[in-house]
Amino acid sequence: MSGNDVWVLGGGVICGIGNNVPECIASFRQMKPGMTTMQYLSSTHRDSFPVVEVKADNATLAARAGLPAHISRTALLSAVAAKEAWNSAQLGNIREYRVGLVSANTVGGMDKTEDFFAEYLQDNQSGRLRNVVNHECGSITELVADTLGIRHHVSTISTACSSSANAIMYGARLLKNNLVDVVIAGGTDALTRFTLNGFNTLMILDQQACRPFDDTRTGLNLGEGAGYIVMVSDAIAKKMEIHPWCKLTGYANANDAYHQTASSPDGIGNYLAMQQAMEMAGITPADMSYINLHGTGTLNNDLSEGTAIQRLFGNAVPPVSSTKSFTGHTLGASGGIEAVFAALAVKEGYLYPNAQFSHQMKELTFSPVTTFSEGNVINNVMSNSFGFGGNCSSLVFSKDVNT
Amino acid sequence: MNIYINGTGCVSPLETAVEGRLPLAAPSLDNVRLKAAEPDYKQWIDIKMIRRMSRVIKMGVAAAQLSLREAGIRKPEGIITGTAYGCLDDTGVFLTKMITQQEEMLTPTAFIQSTHNTVAGQIALLLECHAYNNTFVHKGFSFEHTLIDSIMQLREGKVSNILAGAMDELTNHSFNILSRFNLFKHTAAGEGAACFVLSTEKGPHAVAKLKGVSVLYKPASAEEVAADIVGFLAAHSCSQEDVDLVITGRNGDPAGDAWYEHVENNVFANLPVARFKHLCGEYPTASAFGTWMASRIIASQEVTPAVLFKGTAPSEIKKVLLYNHHDTSHHSMILLSKC
Repeated sequence: MSGNDVWVLGGGVICGIGNNVPECIASFRQMKPGMTTMQYLSSTHRDSFPVVEVKADNATLAARAGLPAHISRTALLSAVAAKEAWNSAQLGNIREYRVGLVSANTVGGMDKTEDFFAEYLQDNQSGRLRNVVNHECGSITELVADTLGIRHHVSTISTACSSSANAIMYGARLLKNNLVDVVIAGGTDALTRFTLNGFNTLMILDQQACRPFDDTRTGLNLGEGAGYIVMVSDAIAKKMEIHPWCKLTGYANANDAYHQTASSPDGIGNYLAMQQAMEMAGITPADMSYINLHGTGTLNNDLSEGTAIQRLFGNAVPPVSSTKSFTGHTLGASGGIEAVFAALAVKEGYLYPNAQFSHQMKELTFSPVTTFSEGNVINNVMSNSFGFGGNCSSLVFSKDVNT
Repeated sequence: MNIYINGTGCVSPLETAVEGRLPLAAPSLDNVRLKAAEPDYKQWIDIKMIRRMSRVIKMGVAAAQLSLREAGIRKPEGIITGTAYGCLDDTGVFLTKMITQQEEMLTPTAFIQSTHNTVAGQIALLLECHAYNNTFVHKGFSFEHTLIDSIMQLREGKVSNILAGAMDELTNHSFNILSRFNLFKHTAAGEGAACFVLSTEKGPHAVAKLKGVSVLYKPASAEEVAADIVGFLAAHSCSQEDVDLVITGRNGDPAGDAWYEHVENNVFANLPVARFKHLCGEYPTASAFGTWMASRIIASQEVTPAVLFKGTAPSEIKKVLLYNHHDTSHHSMILLSKC
C-alpha cells in the first residue's frame, strides 16, 4: 500500500440496458443490447436512427430520484445513479463525511432549453423560465448535490465524450490532497434533439445497431444515462471497515491536438493517455487483463483507438470490448458508466461482450470479446474515453494485491 | 512549494489585451451590457479561422497567447480552462436553426464549436500541445476549480507549468434571458477571458505568487463566510493583519454586497478595499478578471483610483486577498502574494 491509494467502494449506473447495476449485468449476461426506436425523445429523426434510451419516463425517474418531474432528465438520471453508487459503498450517513460530487455532462439542461427556445424564438419575452434556469452544466450537478446533501466540493467537468473520466481523475486528486473524505465521481447525459441533430450533421450515426470494432461499422448510436463510482482515500479506508471493489491505480489525460472532432490516424492522444495511465499504475502491457474500449463504432474512432492499442500492446493485446455496443454512446456519462463496469470487472472477474461483432477489422490484428464470462482472473482493467477537442483519457482499475 | 504567476493575459471590456494594465481612472461604463474590447486576432489566429470562430474562442485564445508570451514559453505542460456558459453563441446558432428548420438541412460547424471544451481544444490545436487538457464548467466555481486542479498537479511535481484560465461570452440571447431573471437591475452584464501561466519556477516576468484558492458552496450566512476566510488564511500561514489589500466582487446589488460588507467590516476592518466588477461586469467567471487585476496590482505595486473602493492605497502590497461570490451561492477566496 503506497499510502496514497484511491479505493473504489461502489458504483451506480442507469442506462438503456438497466435501471441499476444488476440489471445492466443481466443484460450483458443475456446478450441484450438496448437499441430501440425512440420512445421518450421527440425528434423528426425518430424512424431514422435507433437510440439507447433509459426505459422510463421523467415522472418515473423523478419519483426514484426524489426530485420534481419538470427538471432536466439529465439531473434525474444523475440522481438515480449517484444514489445507487452511494448506497453500494455502504458508508452510511452522507452528512458524516466531507463529500465531493464531481459530475460531468455535455449539454446541461438542454432537453428543457430546447422546449424553452421554441417559444422564446417566437417572442423573446415568452418561454417558461423554469425550463432554462438549469441550462448550465453546473446546475445539473447542484440539483443532485443538494438532494443528496453534499456541500464540501461540488464540481462539473465537460470535455465532450471523455468528460466523466476526467471527473474521476479530478475526484481522485481531491482525495489525495485531503480536500474531501469521499468522492462520488462520474457523469450524466440525457438524449436531446440538440446532440442527436449535431451528431447527424457529422454523419456518424448508424441507422442500425452500432458495430464497434467491426469492419462493416458505419457509426454510433446515441444513448443516455449516468454512472458514478464512490472513492475514498487511504486515510479514510484505514479508519473504517470497507469492502472495496478495487483501487483506481492509474489515470492520464492527453490531447490529440489533431482536429476539433476527428482523431489522428495514429491515435497519438489515445496512445499517450493509455501509456501514461499504465505508467502511473506501475504496470506493463502484460499485466493488463481487459480493456473497456471507447469503441464508439465510428470509422475514425475505432481505427485510431485500435492503432494506438496495437502500438502499445504489440502482438499481446489483452481481451477488449466496447460496452457501447449495448449502451450506445452516452457521451458525458460514458466514462462514468464504463468506469463502473471496469471496476466491477476487477471485483467479479467479468469480461463483457462486444455485441454486433462479426467482421474482423482488416487494419487490426485483434478482435473484441463477444461473449460474457465471469470468474476470470482480472488484475488490471483499463477504461478508455476519447472525445471532441482531442480530449483523451484513460483510467486503470486494479485488484488490491492484499485482498 | 511556491507557485508563480509567470504570465497573464486578459481580454475584457477595457483595453487590457493591448495595454496589459489597469486604467488610472475608471472609464464611464454606464451601459447595462459591457462588451469585451477585442484585440487584433490576426497576430495569433489564421484569418480564415477568425471568421469561423465565435468570440469566446477568440478571446480565450488571445488571453492564452498573451499569458504565454509574457511567461516566455511556447507550449505549456497542461491546459485547463473554466467556463460557466461555454460556447453560447454557437449553441444559440445551432439551436435556432434546429428549431426553425425543423431538424433538417443543418450544418456541423456551430455544433462542433458548441462543446464546452472547444476553447481548450483549440488552444491545444494551435500550440500542438499533447499535454493534460481539461475544462471545468461549474457556474461561479469554473475558474476556481481550474486553479485548484492546477495547484494539485503542480504539487504532484510531474509538470512545472500549466496554462489556466477562464472565459465566458455574453450573447444577445443570453443577455435577453438573464435579464428576465432580473440579474442586471443594479449591475452590468459582462464577459471576458483571463489566462495565467502558473509555474513552480519563477519566470523572468513573474508578476505574483498564487498562495491558495478555496471555494464555499451555498454558505448559510455571512458569518460562515467570515469564519471560512479566517481559516483559509490560517491554512496558508497568513493572518488577517498580513493582508495589505482586499479585493471584493462588489457589483452594486445591495443583497449581494451585504456579504462583502460583512467580511470587509468583520474580518478586515481598516483595510483598504478594491473592487473590479464595475470594469468587467458581472458574469460567473468574473473572478478570473479579479485575479488578473490582483496580480497586476501586486506587480505594479499600485492601486489606482479606478479600482479603490474604500481606505487609502497601501504603500507596499505584499498580500492580496480576492473574495468573490457569484449570485450569493458560490463564494471563493484567492490569495496572491508578491514574488
